Amino acid sequence: MIKKNIKVVNELGIHARPAGMIVNTASSFPCEVWLENEDGMNVNAKSIMGVMMLAAACGSNLLLTANGGKEEDAVKAIEKLFADKFDED
Amino acid sequence: MLIKKGIAASLGIAMGPALVINKEQGRAEKRMLTPEEAHAEVHRFKTAVEQTRADLKAMRDKVLSVLGKKHARLIDAHNLILSDVIITQTIPKKIRGKLINAEYALQEALDNIERQFAKIDDEYFKERRFDFIDVFKKIASHLASAEKASSENISEPSVLVASSLFPSDTMAFRENKNVLGFCTDLGSKASHTAIFAQSAGLPAVVGLVDISSQLRTGDYIIADGEQGIVIVNPRAAIINKYKARKAELEKEEALFSRLKDLPAVTVDGHKVNVFLNLDAEGSPFKWKRLKAGGIGLCRTEGLFMNRSILPSEDEQYEKYLELAKAYSGCPVIIRTADIGGDRATKLGIKGLHDERNPFMGFRGIRLFLKYPELLKTQLRALFRANIKGNISIMIPMVTSYNEVEAFRQIADSAIAELAAEGRPAKPCRLGIMIEIPSAALIVDQLLSLVDFISVGTNDLIQYSLAVDRVNQYVSSLYEPFHPAVLRLLHLITEAAKRCGKEVSICGEMASDPEAAAFLVGIGVDTLSVTPKMFLRIKNAVRKLNFKTSAAMALSALDLPSAKKVRALFDSENSTHSKL
Repeated sequence: MIKKNIKVVNELGIHARPAGMIVNTASSFPCEVWLENEDGMNVNAKSIMGVMMLAAACGSNLLLTANGGKEEDAVKAIEKLFADKFDED
Repeated sequence: MLIKKGIAASLGIAMGPALVINKEQGRAEKRMLTPEEAHAEVHRFKTAVEQTRADLKAMRDKVLSVLGKKHARLIDAHNLILSDVIITQTIPKKIRGKLINAEYALQEALDNIERQFAKIDDEYFKERRFDFIDVFKKIASHLASAEKASSENISEPSVLVASSLFPSDTMAFRENKNVLGFCTDLGSKASHTAIFAQSAGLPAVVGLVDISSQLRTGDYIIADGEQGIVIVNPRAAIINKYKARKAELEKEEALFSRLKDLPAVTVDGHKVNVFLNLDAEGSPFKWKRLKAGGIGLCRTEGLFMNRSILPSEDEQYEKYLELAKAYSGCPVIIRTADIGGDRATKLGIKGLHDERNPFMGFRGIRLFLKYPELLKTQLRALFRANIKGNISIMIPMVTSYNEVEAFRQIADSAIAELAAEGRPAKPCRLGIMIEIPSAALIVDQLLSLVDFISVGTNDLIQYSLAVDRVNQYVSSLYEPFHPAVLRLLHLITEAAKRCGKEVSICGEMASDPEAAAFLVGIGVDTLSVTPKMFLRIKNAVRKLNFKTSAAMALSALDLPSAKKVRALFDSENSTHSKL
């Protein structure tokens, strides 16, 4: 199991489009992927409903957890999405 | 005639008969099933989901071709909602487990989602619930095999009125030329519907509470997407007023597409900065599409209004930071608060009640020097925000050298304090408003203390001519082209040029296209204008010839009356428009 802190750095936060990108990426790996916000809300990163409920605005911190097959790759791929600001600009 | 106030969601004006589409489907009723029926019910549900998926695919292709990839991704999000475990597993499980009909299971799931979203404070994220509602209602409509809200049967130009519209509806309406705009009971400026409407150029007013139940199809309405109001069955005079405004807006839009990427330079290559005047309390993003080169005047009085406690340093910092970031890379000139009179009293500052003459009273820099802590709070917030931007500070109501010196001392101690606390901060360039004749007359001395000056023409004219513009008996004497005003402006600009410092005009005169030739002609570096006049001023600058304007401005200084000055510039303008 891998745990990693990530910060939301894109201006608009995790709205529908970035949420979709997270779900698509997470779903392409066999492992379980979870995201937890600062309020302790823990959601399945393969569920768009869950990811959007995080209401993660720019500047907020999330805890990413992956457990199972290809967990390292999953964490890397999701971190990259955040770092690339979800191609927002 | 009835006027309804809502939220301006998408600019523009739509006028025409209302078409009320009430899509409220009501709540699903619960039906109990046998286990065999439940099995078939799951199948029925899955079919409805697949039909919805097919709809989305068709929609996505349309969005992609009409609005582009960025918007198409929103539809992708809808597709993901369809694939969410709630739809694929939770609901079928409920149908089988509780032996209930699909509509009811869907309704329960949606209720649950709405409850979750209700807990979110952030307005933007809260709005996202409409994405879920949209998808769920679509599935429901397939379950009911109800007719789809279709734009095909809108046979005459109409303004759509509905309780709420979903992004998919808005998309379909965009394609129909008969849809002039829309008004809804629900929604906010951040809703997808509003965003789609903006990108489609359709006027929209939302948040009208109950308009869909108050109106009947065929009522003539005006949806004013600028002011966020809807006028029902307006009088002829109002219709005419709106027709004129609509024509004006269309002209502006044409001007915008022509000018947006062109620089503000005269025909002979002289560059003039055209900046914006803004209020700190507004959204800094509102006017970004104008692509102004900077903010020439950001007023901060609004941050102190309608409240009984002073805004804290952090509150101010957030606001200035937002502004600095929105215009990163551009100069942003923020004026320290020009508060006084009743406003100060409300904030608990001991000022004067009912000043006999607030114009000449206790306000601006005078009040802040008396209460240096207030000034220091604002300066600290500005210096901290300047880390992320290019902020300059401007002092209002300056009349003397001592005031600027005193201001500088307070600024220096604010910087020293921040440094001692180890807080990141950066000093700002300092400028003053020239709006009082005494400051204009000693501007050469004041310039030795500051980096730039900006002329507040409204007050400068009122103080020079002893005219109160709101006094109807003398307001006609308010005259920007009065030779005395022109000579003062010339004197100010000359002094600034001699010490190589920038001079800007941020009063209303800068927003007057007729005055552009004179102001550019005397060598003003920056015209800071109201957002509404931005394009017209840019356009006026681009038509000027700097050398001719400079010569004319000089000869204007010798003319004895405003009338003669106007005649001089008019003749020049008309020769230009003939060219």
